[in-house]
Amino acid sequence: MAGSGLQIFAAYPALGPLGGKYRWYPFQDHAPPSWLRFGGWLAGARHWHFAIAWFLIFNGVIYLIYMIASGEWRRRVFIPSRDTSNALAMFAYYLRIRKTPPPEDFYNGLQRMAYTSAILFGVVVVLSGLAIFKPVQLYWITAAFGGYDYARVVHLICLVLLASFTAMHLVLVALHPRTIVTMVTGGQRG
Amino acid sequence: MARLITRRKLLLGLAASTALAGCDAGGTAKAFLAGMERWNERVERLLFSENRLAAEPPASELTPEADFPSYFVSDSMPLAPDNWMLVVGGLVARPSVFSLDQLMRMPRTGMRIRHHCVEGWSAVAEWHGVAIRELAKTVGASRDAQYVEFRSFDKGYYSTWDIESSLHPQTILAYGMNGKTLMPDHGAPLRLYSPVKLGYKNVKYLTEVNFLANRTGGYWEDLGYDWYGGV
Repeated sequence: MAGSGLQIFAAYPALGPLGGKYRWYPFQDHAPPSWLRFGGWLAGARHWHFAIAWFLIFNGVIYLIYMIASGEWRRRVFIPSRDTSNALAMFAYYLRIRKTPPPEDFYNGLQRMAYTSAILFGVVVVLSGLAIFKPVQLYWITAAFGGYDYARVVHLICLVLLASFTAMHLVLVALHPRTIVTMVTGGQRG
Repeated sequence: MARLITRRKLLLGLAASTALAGCDAGGTAKAFLAGMERWNERVERLLFSENRLAAEPPASELTPEADFPSYFVSDSMPLAPDNWMLVVGGLVARPSVFSLDQLMRMPRTGMRIRHHCVEGWSAVAEWHGVAIRELAKTVGASRDAQYVEFRSFDKGYYSTWDIESSLHPQTILAYGMNGKTLMPDHGAPLRLYSPVKLGYKNVKYLTEVNFLANRTGGYWEDLGYDWYGGV
């Protein structure tokens, strides 16, 4: 999705409408590097993007239904009243301000915050994508983002956030390789 | 423990079904993408509403004319011959030839619309002309016509549309832009314009409109761009 999206973006690597490109965007008319792109050309990338998008949506919907139906969301979703102080303590531990990690059950507060925001980015990336895909037929989604060109901005920001999340996730897994087993099996019931 | 097994089974099941799906699609990415394009066209047709009008942005959002792209596929700007006429045919009761004056005497439709290009840029302009649905009435288009083909004098540039999008109230044959006569750099003397399709479907420099039972392709569509191209 990311590679084909960047190939599509390369066709107009700018933010804002023609004649009114946004001044705050520092990379106007700089296309993403070709090694980050997928699909060969605009038409090819569009075919891949609009094909794989359905699998992303299908996966996401199944995941959300399972989370809600099974009650799993309670131990995975970031609940501010429960998790904020734990998340701050964990953050302090990572920064070496605090010597010992805070108590953790299934996830610590910081993990819950990261995973919950990733789900949120996933929902917003799909909605902003629909806003760009159908600005006339699904005009109400496009309007919710402030119009077509702002929906493109949000779509790109979501990509950056999801890529950062993935990068951070991979770094932490590399630092704690034993967690891979738990991730695949689902671990013990907490 | 029961849950642990469930998760493993789920992962194995997913791996197996992915492999099977690969075989079903013909084993090639091409067949998979072609199938997904058909699926996407079904979704796009489902989302399309014949009477949903595209919202008109305020005049303050009009794109400066110098920034509104003009483009053609010929080596130099295509210019209409002096005896230019629009030929309307296919599945119609009265195949006809229209001069620009005749088209201008038909009921006029105008709109200020955001243009969406396949490349991702948008731009706003005002367009006026005659709605295809007026033209269809005038020539008596048959109910069997499921597609409309638009041909041009720009080196064979053409496109075909589904009848529903063609008869949308904002789908027009435009002879004017931003309150003035349409200029050659934007498709003079007559171009197709609609907010419900991407830019490449909106054929400029029109010569022919054909009501057809079967779809033909299009200039960019034949090169690999999606045929439906809805917005």
